[in-house]
Amino acid sequence: MSKFLKGTAIAALTLAAGPALSETFGLGREALPEEIAAWDLDVAPDGTGLPVGSGSVEDGEMIFSDYCAVCHGEFAEGVGNWPKLAGGDGSLADEDPLKTVGSYWPYLSTVFDYVRRSMPFGAAQTLSDDDVYAMTAYILYSNFLVDDDFVLSNENFLEVEMPNADGFIVDDRPETEYTHFTAENACYETCKDSVEITMRATVLDVTPEETAAEEAAAVEEAVETVEAAVTDEAGANDDAMPAPDPELVAAGENVYKKCKACHQVGEDAKNRTGPVLNGIIGAPAAQNADFRYSNGMKDAAEEGLVWDHAALTGYLTKPRDYIKGTKMSFAGLRSQDDIDAVIAYLSTFK
Amino acid sequence: MSDKDDTVTTPSRRAFLQGSAAAGGALMAAGAARAQGQGPDPLITEVQDWASGLGDGVDATPYGLPIEYEDDVVRRNVEWLTADTISSINFTPIHALDGTITPQGCAFERHHSGAINMRKEDFRLMINGLVDRPLVFSYADLERFPRENHTYFLECAANTGMEWAGAQLNGAQFTHGMIHNMEYTGVSLRVLLEEAGLSAAGDLADKWVYVEGADASSNGRSIPMEKALDDVIVAFKANGEALRMEHGYPVRLVVPGWEGNMWVKWLRRIEVTDQAIESREETSKYTDTLADGTSRKWTWVMDAKSVVTSPSPQSPITHGPGPMVITGLAWSGRGAITGVDVTLDGGVTWQKARLAKPGEKMALSRFYLDIDWDGSEMLVQSRAHDETGYVQPTKAQLREVRGLNSIYHNNCIQTWHVKESGEAENVEIS
Repeated sequence: MSKFLKGTAIAALTLAAGPALSETFGLGREALPEEIAAWDLDVAPDGTGLPVGSGSVEDGEMIFSDYCAVCHGEFAEGVGNWPKLAGGDGSLADEDPLKTVGSYWPYLSTVFDYVRRSMPFGAAQTLSDDDVYAMTAYILYSNFLVDDDFVLSNENFLEVEMPNADGFIVDDRPETEYTHFTAENACYETCKDSVEITMRATVLDVTPEETAAEEAAAVEEAVETVEAAVTDEAGANDDAMPAPDPELVAAGENVYKKCKACHQVGEDAKNRTGPVLNGIIGAPAAQNADFRYSNGMKDAAEEGLVWDHAALTGYLTKPRDYIKGTKMSFAGLRSQDDIDAVIAYLSTFK
Repeated sequence: MSDKDDTVTTPSRRAFLQGSAAAGGALMAAGAARAQGQGPDPLITEVQDWASGLGDGVDATPYGLPIEYEDDVVRRNVEWLTADTISSINFTPIHALDGTITPQGCAFERHHSGAINMRKEDFRLMINGLVDRPLVFSYADLERFPRENHTYFLECAANTGMEWAGAQLNGAQFTHGMIHNMEYTGVSLRVLLEEAGLSAAGDLADKWVYVEGADASSNGRSIPMEKALDDVIVAFKANGEALRMEHGYPVRLVVPGWEGNMWVKWLRRIEVTDQAIESREETSKYTDTLADGTSRKWTWVMDAKSVVTSPSPQSPITHGPGPMVITGLAWSGRGAITGVDVTLDGGVTWQKARLAKPGEKMALSRFYLDIDWDGSEMLVQSRAHDETGYVQPTKAQLREVRGLNSIYHNNCIQTWHVKESGEAENVEIS
């Protein structure tokens, strides 16, 4: 330890509670109880950290349908490459095991902990504790682990039996691998009689083949599209929408990163978790025939909602307040600058 | 800069492959200096623009990027791997790098809820749980603690995971690119824990720290106290400069030799606990299912591993027979690399490669084998030795112990089939 350290240690000794590790620097400040309560949300397998609360399978199904089903499927069966939360019972020793909450997760605490802290994707920490209990109950139900009238609470939480609770062992590589994969067993001469190629990666042909040149061309094209759109707007004086400021468009492209997990724009755009947003500015709501809108959005469309600047501002500020029951789990954009920018960006996609 | 039309197209791998295919597999002398008998080289005999005119002044680029001719040396994503790039991974272009330090700008990224944008001023690190004084540190506070510098590799546990069932991705970037190696500057986690005081934790032998990030995923992981007090660093600089946003700016955890998922980015909280939290990342993910359906958990250490980075599918031999350099990387989460063996015949005979410098604990080692290639096809492999006496196993040896259902911790020997044309392919061999 340095001289500097010894000096501060003497001063700090009186503050230190324990004698063993007594050298402190006196840096930082005490964490307040409210701050610890705000951040210390983890829940351990023995239930430590569970908040008081409860939620039913029935409520969970509604919440799941609204916030989770877009990725995880109505029955937690998973959409596309998004995680499947149900099924796979007894599949762990199969060639292609299906690892879900029911078939694989050893502790229910993990479900509650993860949903409360990190879900829904793009709007984490927006659900109440009771909602998290309800969703956890619904995920159990979708795995046939509880009945449809089940209500999960902090009181019965530990009574739920997880099928794969005993399916784990602590890392045993020291015994099963390290003793065999040793230098004594490493051969250098005449190690095998013959060598055959048994499999080739090019047969599968799943390796990305983008070249830098192609990517550069794609970027240039995108830039040209934006520029062309801007020029068109500028040229047509009778157009209702003013030409978007290129700087604002660029800023909007950055803000749009928050949206593109679910929404695509541009030439090859497809509906994903959310609908394609080409031509959305000024368009009537819920007009994409291939997208399954929420009932809330359909109702708003029937009432004549049009995505003009004001409507988009309202929706993007707090989606769930603006359209009750919207499927969009996004929490909203806090700054008007961001909203203006993203609208400017979207206006370049016709 | 010159007009785009004047720019010579960088020879891409595809162009090379197409070119060599068109020539019936005959070798292209791409990039070679003009052969004798073709007359004097105009690059030498004619005065070039750069030898007559002037180049850029200072400050032309206040923060420099690689020159345009290197613009194919970038991170790449395998789109079909994950549902979305927000929760996904990309790959370091290890096939095109040399030495051992990975530049931050092309070091692979892995996010669970996207890379978040946080100012240093908004950074807070809390230490709570079984401590004498729960504390909150600002970024400025962290800079006032004694600092350490260490170079460590970070390897995702899923690196090479797509290759379990068979040769799949054709390129060292894709098979082995979930790795980077940087020199970190930061504060020992031990110092911060001692600042909060560990008397309240009692016997430390069965205690843990739970670490989490500020992003929506939180990516919480439990680390045994023994490791936490050993060599873990709370880092704020990498390769001498601030961490990049995608690597956890302003502060990330460095957990030497252990799987990358534990190196929590945008670190916001460290809790001393009396049990593992068994978070999503340490139960549903980052666990290893064996053939009988039981699964290993707490498989934290990254075992010794190596790969030949060139020649490889994205870095074919373009010069024909003669002197050439075979090179690659080796690393071990259990200590220093002590040697690397290379075979050119698919493992019938092995020879010792040359380490560029003595191995360093939990850091990448660069190896070289300088050969005189006769132009015949090769089955090139490398195998790493570490200071514990461990030797990197074959895929068959790993499958014998673990079965085919594993994803993570595939540290098997990799084979490249180098053809007479110089082209290389990812293959599996008997």
